[in-house]
Amino acid sequence: MADLTTDFVGIKSPNPFWLASAPPTDKEYNVRRAFEAGWGGVVWKTLGAEGPPVVNVNGPRYGAVYGADRRLLGLNNIELITDRPLEVNLREIKQVKRDYPDRAMVVSIMVPCEEEAWKAILPHVEETGADGIELNFGCPHGMSERGMGSAVGQVPEYIEMVTRWCKMYTRMPVIVKLTPNITDIRKPAAAAKRGGADAVSLINTINSITHVDLDIFAPEPTIDGKGSHGGYCGPAVKPIALSMVSEIARDPETHGLPISGIGGVTTWRDAAEFMALGAGNVQVCTAAMTYGFGIVKELKAGLSRYLDEKAMALPDLVGRAVPNVTDWQHLNLEYVTKARIDQDACIKCGRCYAACEDTSHQAISMSADRTFEVIDAECVACNLCVDVCPVEDCITMERLAPGTVDPRTGKTVQAEPADWTTHPNNPSSPNYVPDGQTRMVEEPAE
Amino acid sequence: MTEAFRQTGIRAGRLGPDDLARNFSDLHAAYDRHEATVAADRCYFCHDAPCITACPTDIDIPLFIRQIQAGQPEAAAQTIFDQNILGGMCARVCPTETLCEQACVREAAEGKPVEIGRLQRYATDSMMAAGEHPYTRAPATGRKVAIVGAGPAGLACAHRLAMHGHDVVVFDARPKPGGLNEYGIAAYKTPNGFAQAEVDWLLKIGGITLQHDRALGRDLTLEELRHDHDAVFLGMGLGGVGALGLEAEDLTGCENAVDFIATLRQTEDLTTLPVGRHIVVIGGGMTAVDAAVQSKLLGAQSVTIAYRRAQDRMPASRYEQDLAATHGVQILTHVVPVALHGEGALREVELAYVDADMTQTGETIRLAADQLFRAIGQKLETVEGLAIEGGKIAVTGAGRTSVEGVWAGGDCAAGGEDLTVTAVAQGRDAAEDIHAMLTGAG
Repeated sequence: MADLTTDFVGIKSPNPFWLASAPPTDKEYNVRRAFEAGWGGVVWKTLGAEGPPVVNVNGPRYGAVYGADRRLLGLNNIELITDRPLEVNLREIKQVKRDYPDRAMVVSIMVPCEEEAWKAILPHVEETGADGIELNFGCPHGMSERGMGSAVGQVPEYIEMVTRWCKMYTRMPVIVKLTPNITDIRKPAAAAKRGGADAVSLINTINSITHVDLDIFAPEPTIDGKGSHGGYCGPAVKPIALSMVSEIARDPETHGLPISGIGGVTTWRDAAEFMALGAGNVQVCTAAMTYGFGIVKELKAGLSRYLDEKAMALPDLVGRAVPNVTDWQHLNLEYVTKARIDQDACIKCGRCYAACEDTSHQAISMSADRTFEVIDAECVACNLCVDVCPVEDCITMERLAPGTVDPRTGKTVQAEPADWTTHPNNPSSPNYVPDGQTRMVEEPAE
Repeated sequence: MTEAFRQTGIRAGRLGPDDLARNFSDLHAAYDRHEATVAADRCYFCHDAPCITACPTDIDIPLFIRQIQAGQPEAAAQTIFDQNILGGMCARVCPTETLCEQACVREAAEGKPVEIGRLQRYATDSMMAAGEHPYTRAPATGRKVAIVGAGPAGLACAHRLAMHGHDVVVFDARPKPGGLNEYGIAAYKTPNGFAQAEVDWLLKIGGITLQHDRALGRDLTLEELRHDHDAVFLGMGLGGVGALGLEAEDLTGCENAVDFIATLRQTEDLTTLPVGRHIVVIGGGMTAVDAAVQSKLLGAQSVTIAYRRAQDRMPASRYEQDLAATHGVQILTHVVPVALHGEGALREVELAYVDADMTQTGETIRLAADQLFRAIGQKLETVEGLAIEGGKIAVTGAGRTSVEGVWAGGDCAAGGEDLTVTAVAQGRDAAEDIHAMLTGAG
């Protein structure tokens, strides 16, 4: 069994699986159940300032997007931060941390964008014995209308300012939670770093409308005939989250800044992917809300088994894929592949043919007896046939060995990698040929 | 089980009403919405899908399944009905395991095809339950077409002709329309009066008149029909059942399987329907299986299908054979009946084993039987003046017979398998040909 204990910005937990700040971490009762189930830590649902708590809608808060068999692929919500009194939450946090000292207890906070407000709440949180705080700059609905949540997260200067205040008024590690509802995730991440953040966590939820009710013409979830955009999460957002995590991990300005990965983590594999792209741990919400806390057993066992199979320690996984995330311009254009169809595995559905013939490069032939074959002279190796084939590994991409001629271009595949930066069609390339495009097509093979 | 269960002879009430109700309920339960969505999601939407090619009526199966996925079973139903107006019955009785579902790529991939038949039923039931009939008639043409036989071929032909604006009169020898759908198919495949409900729904198109108890050759002649109408379509199916050619075939208990099935289908209260304790069915087709299984479901103690060739030669599909086996029907192969024993009433059937070339091996077996069902195929009741091919009405093209202005389709016509779905296709295609002829486009 691989050692899953994690030290994330000084916060220790028995495993890298934390519950994200969300409904599952709103109360002592839930959090105790989570810790009993084996979760490594929680980020307590966002606390607001002292005084009358926020209120939530009294109609539906969640909307869902389903795949086959009502498998939940995406969830959105219009719930606000905790609607329970601050002192109740603080008391419960203290009790739970006292009873589970080995678990990570991070407290999410969102108060108005004023120094006094942050200065006021931080000592109260510190007094609970919590291990750290997470600044909620991500919540995209409701609170943002009041100048908090993503309204702060969308302005890098505010992020930097508030982060600095927090670092000034508490000894606890500060994690800044980022909203994906921006154009370039590197900017708020860099701002957090400048403000002294110990880490960033991302992504928070994405502005979304899951459905439109076509009878009453209102967005869902619908409250008395009206709807508001909610925050989207779950498996559907994972690719977006992975990309944003990788951007922060590889940008020179933010490289090395610890990241807590969030966004659709459902199985150990999702978690491992986030960590390979630079996340030091992951936070989970939708999967727990869909299946209950018991999923942590699969997460722990799965990650452990994977690490054992790879003979890798957990820290070796973190960031391991980051060097392989690059810009398009650096991709090797001499890496030439062709689709190959395994005729024994083929079930003759013809989806590859339809996809290629209708929407791509007419590189698959179909015979009267439904045999589908790749036409190498047309195949650009786009991978669409692989993606739409219902049979795993039936269609694969195979590399043309250096020295062979690509029948599509008539060019010999070179062993030496070559990318766009040196390509004769690139005006910025030292090899630029002004009429390169013409020559590229017509020049015969050597 | 009742006291009558163990009594020999042909008696009613071998099973109580609860057992009978259970035995004769739907063979396949209808899908609910979620089940249908899950089942529909398994369809790969194949390019030039093999299932369409395998369907005698060329239903665009991937399209209708996609319409179910997209939450519009009624739209799916229209896709089906456009090609096959009896799509509801075909969903229930088609041997899908040898047609669309056999061609399904998931059958090749994993031995579990998309359940096309059940999905088709879900779609067609949805539209019929809503009472929606999506077709209207073209302006009246003033042309009149006579159709003989209100079975699948005749009804499909009638609907398509009515849609094109022609007036249609359908003559049927029986008191109710539907043909084999009403009289010839196992009750558990089409329970709850579906056959009649389907006819009622089909007739909503308008322009179709039904005339019952009018049989060709008995009450009508082809000449009269041709004289009074612009075209005639013959879809009366097959009639007579051949005798086994044995002595004592007049013993009480010797019956035609089709008559037994027809009686069963018309019996409101199955506790009143007599059935033997021991039953032998001679034959190997769908009718043999329908008679055998239903006998068992009525409470017969032992039921044997006696077939003259190897089991893999049985005309009944593998699925039907398995259905018989799971209901406890014994399938005895390589045997032919050689003698019937009994005094007044049948007591035993004597069968001789035969080789592949039908030579008797000399070995015989005697089975207790108080009832014997002949299911050895039906014959065309000849119609004066029509060319015959292989015992059926010879046709060319879309069902044109040797007599001008007369078309034929379904079981009475040569060509195609004797299936409901084939009859529908032939009726539909003949209607298009008749329409082209009547409007000068042919």
